[in-house]
Amino acid sequence: MPIDPAFAGRTYPPTEPYDVGREKIREFADALGDENPAYRDPEAARALGHPDVIAPPTFPFVLTFTASRSLVEDPELGIDYARVVHGEQRFAHTRPVRAGDSLTVAVTLESVRSAGGHDMLTSRSDVATVEGEHVATAWSTLVVRGGDE
Amino acid sequence: MSAAAGPPSVADLEVGTELPAQAFPIRRADLVRYAGASGDFNVIHWNERVARSVGLPDVIAHGMFTMALAVRVVTDWVGDPGRVVEYGVRFTRPVPVPDDDVGATVQVSGVVAVLLDGGRVRVDLTATSAGQKVLGKAQAVVQL
Repeated sequence: MPIDPAFAGRTYPPTEPYDVGREKIREFADALGDENPAYRDPEAARALGHPDVIAPPTFPFVLTFTASRSLVEDPELGIDYARVVHGEQRFAHTRPVRAGDSLTVAVTLESVRSAGGHDMLTSRSDVATVEGEHVATAWSTLVVRGGDE
Repeated sequence: MSAAAGPPSVADLEVGTELPAQAFPIRRADLVRYAGASGDFNVIHWNERVARSVGLPDVIAHGMFTMALAVRVVTDWVGDPGRVVEYGVRFTRPVPVPDDDVGATVQVSGVVAVLLDGGRVRVDLTATSAGQKVLGKAQAVVQL
């Protein structure tokens, strides 16, 4: 059953604040095998003009992935997660995420379209500090494979 | 890792300027580590039995892991990763990661594709594994 395009524009309440710590950023950079000092050394980050260590460009996904569960598990959309494939991902950064940030994510279902028997849902996740400063926006396109496979 | 050297100068760049290419090995242990760090514990990234049961050739790498590795070509080039202001990819083909000591390898190259206003450039990335493109429309906008 295709997902009704009329669901586009649906919004979900902002998530509880996520406190970004230096050690979480280091752990994420370690997982990427990335030794860039901007992720690890506050002095090196400050030398680049950042108040504290910054996170890699794709780090916001750690937050937006969790936040998007409100959409993926929305009973009214009725998505079969076993059929979901990650089709596209994009980030626009107003500034890098950095240690000390307390961030919330507001998810919007931006578009719903069907092609070739699949549904494609694009969600927009706006990441902002609890003080209201926009940090990044992430767009994820999820492909829900059709039931005839 | 030359963060202190400063970013490349726009004046030295033209459309077609190539960034230093890199090769990234991905082994099963790397997927486990990335799963833990990212919070994405989808079974197809660590359990071969389940991966095959849903029609995959083997355990596959997280698309977001491949995406994160690919932008290293940009962040290592620019020094300050905070200069990446936009980054997007399409996940066109999975990266199977065999259960051996070699794993898979993702080869990434980058080229300056567009000189934008305000000292920004768009870098187009090409990521392949086993000779096949694994990312489509992989583009990063960098503030120099």
